[in-house]
Amino acid sequence: MEKKQTNDDTSQINTMNSIPKTYKNYINGEFPRTESGRYYSCEAPDGKHIANVGLSTRKDVRNAVQAARKAQASWANKTAYNRGQIIYRIAEILSGRREQFTNEMVLLGYSQEAAELEINACIELIIYFAGWTDKIGQVFGSVNPVASDHFNFSRQEPVGVVGIISPETPSLLGMLGLLLPNMVAANSQVIIASTQIPLPTCTFAEVLATSDVPAGTVNIITGLKSELIPPISQHMDVDVVVGDQSLDIELRVMCELESASNMKKVYFWNSFISLEELNSSPNETISTCLHTLKDPYHILHVQEVKTTWHPISE
Amino acid sequence: MSEKKVSEQITRSNQASISIDWSYADAPESTSHVRFNKHYGLFIDGSFTEYNENQSFESINPANGESLYRCTEANKSDVDTAVKAARKAFKGTWGSTSGTQRSHYLYRIARMLQERAREFAVLESMDGGKPIRESRDIDIPLAAAYFFYYAGWADKLAYAFPGKSPQPLGVCAQIIPWNFPLLMLAWKIAPALACGNTVVLKPAETTSLTALKFCELLQDIGLPDGVVNIVTGAAKTGEYLVQHSDIDKIAFTGSTGVGKVIQQSIAERQLPATFELGGKGAFILFDDAALNEAVEGIVNAIFFNQGHVCCAGSRLLVQEGVAEKVIDLLKKRMQHLIVGDPLDKNTDIGAVNSKEQLETIQRYVELGIQEGATCFECSGSLPTTGYYFPPTILTGVSQSSTVVQEEIFGPVLTIQTFRTTDEAIEKANNTPYGLANGIWTDKGSKIFYVGNKLKSGVVWSNTYNKFDPTSPFGGFKESGKGREGGISGLHAYLKLDHNGGMY
Repeated sequence: MEKKQTNDDTSQINTMNSIPKTYKNYINGEFPRTESGRYYSCEAPDGKHIANVGLSTRKDVRNAVQAARKAQASWANKTAYNRGQIIYRIAEILSGRREQFTNEMVLLGYSQEAAELEINACIELIIYFAGWTDKIGQVFGSVNPVASDHFNFSRQEPVGVVGIISPETPSLLGMLGLLLPNMVAANSQVIIASTQIPLPTCTFAEVLATSDVPAGTVNIITGLKSELIPPISQHMDVDVVVGDQSLDIELRVMCELESASNMKKVYFWNSFISLEELNSSPNETISTCLHTLKDPYHILHVQEVKTTWHPISE
Repeated sequence: MSEKKVSEQITRSNQASISIDWSYADAPESTSHVRFNKHYGLFIDGSFTEYNENQSFESINPANGESLYRCTEANKSDVDTAVKAARKAFKGTWGSTSGTQRSHYLYRIARMLQERAREFAVLESMDGGKPIRESRDIDIPLAAAYFFYYAGWADKLAYAFPGKSPQPLGVCAQIIPWNFPLLMLAWKIAPALACGNTVVLKPAETTSLTALKFCELLQDIGLPDGVVNIVTGAAKTGEYLVQHSDIDKIAFTGSTGVGKVIQQSIAERQLPATFELGGKGAFILFDDAALNEAVEGIVNAIFFNQGHVCCAGSRLLVQEGVAEKVIDLLKKRMQHLIVGDPLDKNTDIGAVNSKEQLETIQRYVELGIQEGATCFECSGSLPTTGYYFPPTILTGVSQSSTVVQEEIFGPVLTIQTFRTTDEAIEKANNTPYGLANGIWTDKGSKIFYVGNKLKSGVVWSNTYNKFDPTSPFGGFKESGKGREGGISGLHAYLKLDHNGGMY
């Protein structure tokens, strides 16, 4: 048999060990670029260019909110058991790709130790919240002994669409601390990634995309908080905004003010650790942060209580 | 109707053949045992401030339009004094009062309200226009029940929130509406005190009386000074209270419009705040329901308390096949509703709370007609003095009609039809509000299917407008934030420190 002819240049395999990635938004299960075509340069602490990251706009926010609203019911209609498994699956996938995440974090200024500890904490937090999906209602729901012939019960339900403003650092753990209670609550969300260290959050989209999380349940956009918070908090189809107390006070006040437009619920939690603190005492800071974030009451904040009455009679 | 008249009537009916007058004889509740002052100061730090005519406003009895009493319009410095008194009590006496002691005070308040229930009921009806049957059977007993329920929590808070160490917030600024004056006061004050907070409460300007009488009761039981302070006044007083720099929490019940203004005004302060705002509840009536019962349900959903109910079922969504029959039954039933003197025990629908509110209702109905609705009003006569509005239904409306989208807060029901279950859900959810909805069907599985998809904090199935201290109440979407009642109601008045005990 005649040997198949090959092109000369395939006789050698490319020895470049990595192809730099284009970081994009994650909307409705797809990876579009920002419609604006604008970008900013994400740099290492020494000023070296690492990646171009999209400067998303109001239009991207709208697209993401639209996708989130469309997806919310399908996420909420899954059984609690199923949602628990899907969230657990996120931990499995993330665990298998931890090196990719630690590399990106180190490129942007994390020490190797801090990056590894943070990823471990992320995996632990995901598994922690995966377990809450079918327990939150048991612990915090109630059958209410009303003083009349009625059967009366209260249970938690999703609020709907959530805007998530990630803290700058810890870039992935802080974001997950806001995201996971919302996923357990069966909300769908639009996440504004950390501006300073966006890469792990962008790459996390790839984990979500391969973890059976329905498209549109979690949407991620990158850019400047000053540009993205107004359209999120003004949007009439966003029900809740959650962020971190480290957010710049002017942006926070703006967020609260604009959120009154449709009586959005606004919560600011506390998970911020500066990069310096992360690198100087990673063990202590990350375990404290993890402890703070392992709080089922964060789920309650992003749920609504619904009380149902029915008469009891022959 | 006088005794003589009644006996004449009996004689006449005994003489047979002549048609009998079936209308009810007058049955007015006596007001002889109720006492109230002609004017009131503010209740601050355990006693009433001196009344000052130049700083006062009038409260009208809406049943006859006459002046009932005058009370003080709290200005900025009055509000400041009240907040200071509340702060002092929080730091001092009340702060060092144990949960057990707090519970004993609250139990005593509940008991005292029960003892004086009739008096409070009569005052509530005189001041606010609601039928005595409602204030006597619902408002006042429920107010006592809320105090009794939360009294029991005061020494058991650690059991309510697993993994947390609950702490009081501090001084609570509370603003309540005029539709259920004493009941809303109870919803606000009972959980706040049970959790160890102190309170500055502003009643609505048209209904201050039961709040002021409540202060007498607090003096009688010896509640420490400054724990509860009542500042009367209108919007301006509310603004001073909300903007005071030394409050730790805001609880507001009222319109969504004002709620938004408050949320904006506290944007810079990150103050814990709960809101109980407007509603536009749907009453979804399926064709398999027991229609006669459902019609009673509709009457209760929209005509209860003159329709001055944030969770009122003000939109009837009726399945197409039974629409005609239901509307017919409803119209017949409406003809039997008695609109009149709030103090008459036969009255179903009392006086509209104020002239302003009456005008609002009138404006909405006119607007509905302009937008194409057909209006049906009860034909019975209305009293000639005071503020009254007949039970009214508007048919031929669409989802985008103003009267379907906006809260009227009066005895006005809009009627729409639907074919499929999902269409009913879609229509029910299609307003900015999400406080309460009703489902009327004989099919249990349908109740859960529809109930799960309704975006509202309360779902009444085969019933409507039921309240209980153990039952959380509050809204989704623009109907508010937080819950009142039940364990959720405690959450709104506590700081939950993370004690990590569960790990």
